[in-house]
Amino acid sequence: MSLLDVQHLSVRYGALTIVNDVSFSLSEGEWLMIVGPNGAGKSTILNAISQGTPYTGEVLVQGRDIKRLRAREIARSIGVLSQSHAMGYGFTVGAVVRLGRYAYSPGLFSGSGEEDEPMVARALELTGLTRFADQNVLTLSGGELQRTFLAQLFAQNPSVLLLDEPTNHLDLVYQKQVFDLIAEWVKTPGRAVVSVVHDLSLARSYGTHGLLLDSGQTAAAGEIGAVFAPEYINSAYAMDVPAWMRRMLAQWQEEETK
Amino acid sequence: MGELVLFSLATLATMALCICIGSVSLPLKETLTVIWNAIVGLPMPEGISVPIILSVRLPRVLCVALTGAALSISGAAMQGLLKNPLADGSTLGVSSGASLGAVIAIAFGITIPGVPFAGTMVLAIAFAFLSLLIILSLAQKIDYSMSTNTIILIGVIYSMFVSSILALIVTFASDHVKQITFWTMGSLLGASMQNALVLLVSLLLFGGVILRYARELNAFAISEDNARNVGVPVKRIKLVLLIAVSALVGVCVSVGGTIGFVGLVTPHMVRMIVGPNHRRLLPASLFGGAIFLMLADLVARILLNPIELPIGVVTSFVGAFLFIAIFYRSRRARL
Repeated sequence: MSLLDVQHLSVRYGALTIVNDVSFSLSEGEWLMIVGPNGAGKSTILNAISQGTPYTGEVLVQGRDIKRLRAREIARSIGVLSQSHAMGYGFTVGAVVRLGRYAYSPGLFSGSGEEDEPMVARALELTGLTRFADQNVLTLSGGELQRTFLAQLFAQNPSVLLLDEPTNHLDLVYQKQVFDLIAEWVKTPGRAVVSVVHDLSLARSYGTHGLLLDSGQTAAAGEIGAVFAPEYINSAYAMDVPAWMRRMLAQWQEEETK
Repeated sequence: MGELVLFSLATLATMALCICIGSVSLPLKETLTVIWNAIVGLPMPEGISVPIILSVRLPRVLCVALTGAALSISGAAMQGLLKNPLADGSTLGVSSGASLGAVIAIAFGITIPGVPFAGTMVLAIAFAFLSLLIILSLAQKIDYSMSTNTIILIGVIYSMFVSSILALIVTFASDHVKQITFWTMGSLLGASMQNALVLLVSLLLFGGVILRYARELNAFAISEDNARNVGVPVKRIKLVLLIAVSALVGVCVSVGGTIGFVGLVTPHMVRMIVGPNHRRLLPASLFGGAIFLMLADLVARILLNPIELPIGVVTSFVGAFLFIAIFYRSRRARL
């Protein structure tokens, strides 16, 4: 069954069309990479799906119109990770992760359901944050903070993850960590991922499917390999993308042969 | 739980202290006896202390404590909701809006038949809510991310705007000048048991609503986006909390005028003791606010005895320094 269906999605701000009639559907086990140049409307699509911006068209979660779902039901189906987090107050890592369980026990006194603590502990463990549980988030590095919010998502346990350039501010080590964690997460049946990724190499090596956007319109969609065909990708980015990638790689290969 | 017991003991001790000390100082034992006998209905001891305690000091201290608690929990709620450590009725312009409502009710003689001082109160609450809506929607129009500085700046501009309208009303309604000055200065001189009861009921009602949403406030304090992501119905809860905050600020203003910075100072100090989690912060702010305002009122009463300072002078004096300190620290943290 398809976990997420987006049909004829358009987002307009006044006379400006940011996203124009985009459709795709997501089945379990898939990792859809939304790629395209700056301003193509990638993040806006994620914003619309998570109800952060008004849109026309339909977003169906497991066949049901998302607009008819309650906030908690949406949170149990869809989890969102944004690219960075400006923290204002010194919550502990554990407190931030525990909020991921909100959708399962929203009352004041039903604060800790039976599954909550094991889920939180498991999420902290998966992200390697167990020893940080009582640490103040204001003292964390960017990578640790991003992992904290990833742990919150794991505790939230939705069926679809929406990731908006999740490793934009992170160095290579954290990039690999976060992508490997998500690759592992999506292996469990009944799960799928949609992410906006700038780095085309990352997109290609982790994604199963691709959606190439150009000025708010779908330029190519389908299996990741097909979407990355030079005829589509070169025209969307207005440059010879494979040649650039090969040039980057060549430097490292020279290094090896020395 | 232990800290709540400590906080309530400290509140009771402060209350006893504030009832004893004043232009006439009373011995603690006699004070407690009078209050105890009044509660259980025993005959009163002889002496002048009875009317001082029961008709002057007790109602005043109760009103001060309840006002402090109400302003403080509203400040804590707004700081969480807007993820803004500088948010408070006075910095956002909500208190000014509420006092405009109260002044309009006085100047134009708007009353609700049969219910004394309900006219000022209803108008104060309505104007507090309207002000919050105006300020927040303006802030969102100007700066979608609603950064701390934008909201504060708009709050200041709004307060100035309200002051000019207040001045205009004062010019035309000269009969009521003395009464109107009271609202803008903030004073609980002459507070009655009836006032205390109104404050108590609204605190139980609207403070209860705020306490009920401690978890949601934690999510908002991380960010509104994060609140939505984890499943908080953000629009509905934001509206409910804004109404609760406006009601509390409106009631406080209609009883004691604008008392600045209480909602800023106490949650900030309490946060340093119990941390940012609203489940602990909100109840602790209730007690902290009561203690802070009772002490401020005590200073206002005895500092220049027999002249009494308006309580707002003391709170704004402390608050202004603290405001600068928080602002400085948050700017430094960003660099």
